[in-house]
Amino acid sequence: MAQATVLQKVIIHFAGDSGDGIQLAGSQFTTTTALQGNDLRTFPDFPAEIRAPIGTIAGVSGFQIHFGSIAVDTPGSEPDVLVAMNAAAFSKNFGNLKKGGILIVNESGFDKRNLKLAKLPEDENPLEQIAEGDYKVFNINISQLNRDAVKELTLSTKEKDQSKNLFVLGFVYWLYSRDLAPTLDFLKDKFKAKPVILEANQKALKAGYHYGETIEASERFVVEKADLPAGDYRNIVGNESLSLGLMAAAQKANLELFFAGYPITPASDILHFLARQKNFGVKTFQAEDEISAVTAAIGASFGGALAVTASSGPGIALKGEAMGLAVMLEIPMVIVNVQRGGPSTGLPTKTEQADLFQALYGRNGEAPIPVLAPATPSDCFDTAVEACRLAVERMTPVILLSDGYLANGSEPWKFPKMEDLPAMAAPFATDNGTYLAYARDKNLTRKWAIPGTPGKEHRVGGLEKEAQTGNVSYNPENHEKMVHTRAQKVALMANTYAPLKILQGAASGKVLVLGWGSTYGAIKVAVRWAIEGGLSVSQVHIKHLFPLDTNLGEILAQFETIIVPELNNGQLVKVLNQEFKGRIVGLNKIQGLPFKAKEILEEIEKHV
Amino acid sequence: MSNNETLTSKDFASDQDVRWCPGCGDYSILKQMQTVLPSMGIARENLVFISGIGCSSRFPYYMNSYGMHSIHGRAPSVATGLKLANPDLSVWIVTGDGDALSIGGNQLIHLLRRNLNVNILLFNNEIYGLTKGQYSPTSEIGKQTKSSPLGSIDHPFNPIALALGAEATFVARTMDRDPVRLREVLQQAHEHKGTSLVEIYQNCNVFNDGAFEKYTDKKQRDSTSLFLEQGKPIVFDGGKKGLRLNGLQPQVVELANGYSENDLWIHDSQDATKAHLLSRLFSDADPRPFGVLYQTERSCYEEALTEQMDTSLKTKGTGDMNALIKGKNSWTVS
Ligand code: SF4
Repeated sequence: MAQATVLQKVIIHFAGDSGDGIQLAGSQFTTTTALQGNDLRTFPDFPAEIRAPIGTIAGVSGFQIHFGSIAVDTPGSEPDVLVAMNAAAFSKNFGNLKKGGILIVNESGFDKRNLKLAKLPEDENPLEQIAEGDYKVFNINISQLNRDAVKELTLSTKEKDQSKNLFVLGFVYWLYSRDLAPTLDFLKDKFKAKPVILEANQKALKAGYHYGETIEASERFVVEKADLPAGDYRNIVGNESLSLGLMAAAQKANLELFFAGYPITPASDILHFLARQKNFGVKTFQAEDEISAVTAAIGASFGGALAVTASSGPGIALKGEAMGLAVMLEIPMVIVNVQRGGPSTGLPTKTEQADLFQALYGRNGEAPIPVLAPATPSDCFDTAVEACRLAVERMTPVILLSDGYLANGSEPWKFPKMEDLPAMAAPFATDNGTYLAYARDKNLTRKWAIPGTPGKEHRVGGLEKEAQTGNVSYNPENHEKMVHTRAQKVALMANTYAPLKILQGAASGKVLVLGWGSTYGAIKVAVRWAIEGGLSVSQVHIKHLFPLDTNLGEILAQFETIIVPELNNGQLVKVLNQEFKGRIVGLNKIQGLPFKAKEILEEIEKHV
Repeated sequence: MSNNETLTSKDFASDQDVRWCPGCGDYSILKQMQTVLPSMGIARENLVFISGIGCSSRFPYYMNSYGMHSIHGRAPSVATGLKLANPDLSVWIVTGDGDALSIGGNQLIHLLRRNLNVNILLFNNEIYGLTKGQYSPTSEIGKQTKSSPLGSIDHPFNPIALALGAEATFVARTMDRDPVRLREVLQQAHEHKGTSLVEIYQNCNVFNDGAFEKYTDKKQRDSTSLFLEQGKPIVFDGGKKGLRLNGLQPQVVELANGYSENDLWIHDSQDATKAHLLSRLFSDADPRPFGVLYQTERSCYEEALTEQMDTSLKTKGTGDMNALIKGKNSWTVS
């Protein structure tokens, strides 16, 4: 057998028809790789349609994993390995494959029909155009080999073909020296009730692996364990991490978690995850529309729950009026926006950061709501906890801005223990005196009296409140005072933040790259490269988009140029230019795709 | 104060000045609600009124209980969230024809089908009052208002038929000017387990005065209104007329004219088909039914949710947050 070559990191892109089981193969490769101790980032690329016409480019589903024995911060841009189950998957992704990379294709996916569906010339196989030596090509008749592997099982041909993703996964496992056990365990669990399908999948996985051994001539690779800080790890996807954060915060605050949502991509997985957690006391409500979801959350919050609603941009637009009501009521709730490409229906399955203005300003009247954004899939947990803390302790709605890239991407997570999380307590009205619904403490927070509490009966509503009593008031001075009070109350929250820190580079210098949200990984890599290249560059990443960190101005003042990369047409950069002096420039990408680190590096180089 | 035996109707009145127009039908509804509450045995702290927007929706401010004046059309959803968070509360939704049937139509029908144990008081005045007199989704065709100077061309909703179509489990109709029956219906709505929809004809004396005079005016009402009583034959006009079923057609008959009470339709609010037929008595030529048209038992959403939560707790045990965070595939780096 050929000697295994040690690699530091590898990017593999799995691609095939949306019915080919690509996401399953990708997520299994991820679990296995995580358990083998590599650092990693993943990113799935779903088609917008559930079942776009078979064999077409529109129907290609992709999954990219970047893993290594050294730090990995993004899912990577150009893959080292492309697995293409058909001509469309090849056609869509081949241009990205690194020169000299490995191409694994399913031979039977390149027949006339598939070439036609992929809109390629029907009588020339594109694989034959690849110059010898440019790529290492494995042209395998996966469909046939897989059928052979499961031939003695009593299954229809269609059922047999359904395990071909495991055949190819087995082959990739062999190439990259992965352990089969985690996937075999997973299959046992998944197909408990279907023994024949289970056997087919097990056989296919093993057959793919053995196929690697059989074609001995090929080179094999090893990626050693990464040097991660000591601790307990798991792999986590953003939407799940966010959901766990909400649950953890509710427990910490000793409140019941109530979640109301309406199905929308890419936020629905939060509803799905929480709907399974009834034995944790989590109540979920699938509403008839977005407005009902947010107003049910308002009702639940009025009733004493930690209420949360989640959606994506179009749904958040519908929730706008109710969010204003929550501002007026001053009750704790969290509104999650898993952003996607907009405007309107936009690009439902693609990522974007273009809802920042909507979060900051998208309501009638003066309606300040704190806005937070997580930086990575695992940071969705911490950000959810922080959003809940602010909501509960300061009696306010809070917006959490995630995005499609974070929601579906994954990474290893050094997960915390509940004991390590911050304590939080709601300001319940407990004294026996007269309850004044809008009397405030030193943080301008009002007290919470929930229905069922004797002696604290009161009415709230969307009409302007009289300071202290909360009775309806049309008094001009009172309105102005209340507008200022609500603004001041939110501004004061910045005093509770952990201080903002420079993440890489010196505290002063030529360029500071300032990001927010999911651009974190690409910025981190770009700044690292720039620093390695001897450039005077630093990185800072803000979680609190409103109110901003109190020390942000001081940090910005130490740099000649601030670059703000955003997946929008320049939103945070406008806010910063309004708030601060200095040379603050945007770097914008609006393609529904995350930044590549090299795009950010190129921008840095222009400014140093 | 939570001991209800000592409460009187005054204890349910808040200290806020009531600001409806003098003579508005809302006053009567507020008064009947406050009058009937002490006998319902609801502790004041467990009583919540949730409203949307419109004249009627000021109601919670005048009740000395918990309350929320929410946003236009969404009271059913706010009430749903509240009831799910705390199923022990007695939750009353106060809404109007514009609030419930126009902007909040979706919220209303979905609350009815889910059947949470809450009560809806739908003040129907067939006009937009708070915005100063536009035709509403219950205004009659041809109604001239500021927004329909040549007469409305909108076909009106039949709220009772709509509620039945949305699978409501308690559907009643009553009037602001019929305090005794209004109180009875409120009591029955309270006792019903599930969503109770009470349509209340309410006179807006400023923008739509006399809309229901036909049914409220002492001289006319006997011949125009059917006051339904469970298990009793449907008679009206001082016992001179009755309603019988001719096949599937309701038919008004003169009792002196060859028909006796034995021929009449016996009101059975449990009968969905009959309730549907009653709901279709909606033209000006038909007598209009009042009282409880339909009532049935069906599982309440919040009970079903509690049941799922209990089952989940029994089969899986109390969730361990640390274990959930850890997941099925974790590893340790030392
Ligand atoms: S406008 Fe009509 S409904 Fe509104 S308070 Fe005045 S009389 Fe009553």
